[in-house]
Amino acid sequence: MKHLSAKKPVLLLLGVLGLASAQSALAIEIQSLRGENDIKETTEVPEVKRYNKDGQPLPRNYVLQPPLIPHKIDGYQITIKHNKCLSCHSWKNYRRHHATKISQTHFQSRDGIVLANVSARRYFCLQCHVPQTNALPLVENTFEPVESVSAQ
Amino acid sequence: MAKRNIAIGTLLVGIVLGIILWGGFNWAMELTNTEQFCISCHEMRDNVYQEYKGRIHDLNRTGVRATCPDCHVPKEWIYKVKRKIQASNELFHKVMGSIDTREKFEAKRLELARHVWKAMKETDSRECRNCHEYGSMDYMAQGRRARREHQEGLEAGKTCIDCHKGIAHQLPDMAEEDPSAVLAVHPEDKGTE
Ligand code: HEC
Ligand code: HEC
Ligand code: HEC
Ligand code: HEC
Ligand code: HEC
Ligand code: HEC
Repeated sequence: MKHLSAKKPVLLLLGVLGLASAQSALAIEIQSLRGENDIKETTEVPEVKRYNKDGQPLPRNYVLQPPLIPHKIDGYQITIKHNKCLSCHSWKNYRRHHATKISQTHFQSRDGIVLANVSARRYFCLQCHVPQTNALPLVENTFEPVESVSAQ
Repeated sequence: MAKRNIAIGTLLVGIVLGIILWGGFNWAMELTNTEQFCISCHEMRDNVYQEYKGRIHDLNRTGVRATCPDCHVPKEWIYKVKRKIQASNELFHKVMGSIDTREKFEAKRLELARHVWKAMKETDSRECRNCHEYGSMDYMAQGRRARREHQEGLEAGKTCIDCHKGIAHQLPDMAEEDPSAVLAVHPEDKGTE
């Protein structure tokens, strides 16, 4: 035990030094949200992003990807008493609304029990499914789906 | 001669009084046909009004609003009088305190909503159509889902409220209306309710 505590200050010092140097290296790259602007200047307001209009289902890029939402969802409410999404996507309603029906995985509880309705872990749809805006990607992405699962 | 004058006089007074009373009646109807009036009762202000705020009929791109009476009180005079007479029922329930807490309101909510749905179905959603009209909708300008469903809906004789429930407020517990759109109850949780 003794020899350990003797080493501690040295380790600590090294740690602090390491952090400090890492910080000075990062300081150049990291910007606050307001950018490089001086505190007295007003930053330029970025273009407002808009949600895409309703369209066809979007291609899926990999197996088990939660599909993206290809339509507007303004004003759709999900409360403990009613789920607007399910008024079109449930097995009872999907045909009438020409929507994709939720898959069986949505009925499974975390213990693997298949329930009669959407399980709590899948009830809040927007945790996994998101609509798209006209925003361009912030970083380049070179991902390409495997030919065999690509939905093109 | 004097008798005739009195008769004409009474008639004139009657007409003038009539105009005043009539005007007053319509004035009172107008006064009670405002959002301000509707939310003067906390039952309306603390529940449905809070949920309506920020929704499409309160806040939108063009700034055109639909307020409570636009959707709940008919425009045509005769239907309006009928609705106002029905509204005296609300006064009764105000006094009785039928929905004077959030809990009581939530408990009665499905019943109230059903009244509104029934009334709208009976009139082919007349109040919605005062502003929106199938015939004036440019389907091509609408979204993919709206275009398809409006054309089909119109053909199938459906009315706005068939598809647009909850357009201004939160919905009540819909387990009875649409059991497929509610949260599943875990078998192990059933006993604890
Ligand atoms: C008015 C009916 C309606 C409502 C409400 C609705 N959807 Fe949809 N949704 C559709 C239709 C129809 C499609 C299929 C797209 C098409 O063909 O127009 C779709 C497609 C989707 C898809 C893509 C499915 C696929 O196969 O790629 C997802 C994900 C989705 N919706 C999620 C949601 C979520 C989450 C909500 C609630 C926030 C919601 N939807 C509410 C009608 C609806
Ligand atoms: C925990 C994440 C999660 C939540 C929450 C969730 N989903 Fe999904 N969803 C997925 C995944 C992953 C898939 C694709 C794989 C699969 O079918 O399980 C999917 C698939 C779908 C599909 C396409 C089904 C098919 O057959 O291709 C629809 C439609 C859908 N979800 C709708 C919904 C709706 C509506 C809700 C809310 C009631 C919801 N999802 C909640 C993860 C989720
Ligand atoms: C005096 C207070 C008060 C005012 C003012 C008031 N309400 Fe209400 N309203 C109530 C109460 C209380 C109920 C619940 C009635 C019940 O329990 O059956 C109610 C119920 C309703 C319902 C459900 C109707 C039904 O058929 O069950 C609607 C819709 C409604 N109010 C709209 C309005 C509108 C629109 C206005 C303005 C024109 C308005 N209210 C003004 C107290 C009020
Ligand atoms: C006083 C006029 C008026 C009445 C009455 C009215 N609306 Fe609207 N409605 C509007 C306006 C204005 C908009 C917003 C237009 C815009 O986007 O700028 C709108 C928008 C909508 C939308 C589009 C929602 C969205 O998210 O894009 C729907 C759906 C709708 N109304 C349904 C109804 C229904 C159902 C009723 C009857 C219960 C109704 N309206 C009654 C004026 C009205
Ligand atoms: C058969 C079902 C159905 C009927 C009936 C129906 N609608 Fe719709 N409506 C939809 C769907 C689905 C959408 C698109 C999804 C959404 O906005 O939630 C929509 C969208 C709308 C929009 C927004 C349009 C857009 O492109 O942004 C308005 C406004 C509207 N409906 C008004 C009405 C009115 C008013 C009536 C009655 C005259 C009516 N609807 C009847 C299903 C219906
Ligand atoms: C765009 C139309 C519209 C507007 C504006 C509107 N309502 Fe409603 N209201 C409805 C519809 C439709 C229902 C039936 C329940 C549902 O579908 O949400 C309803 C239901 C109600 C109910 C019954 C309880 C419930 O939640 O179902 C009350 C009370 C009520 N409205 C009062 C008001 C008051 C007060 C205002 C103004 C702050 C108002 N409404 C504005 C359309 C509207």
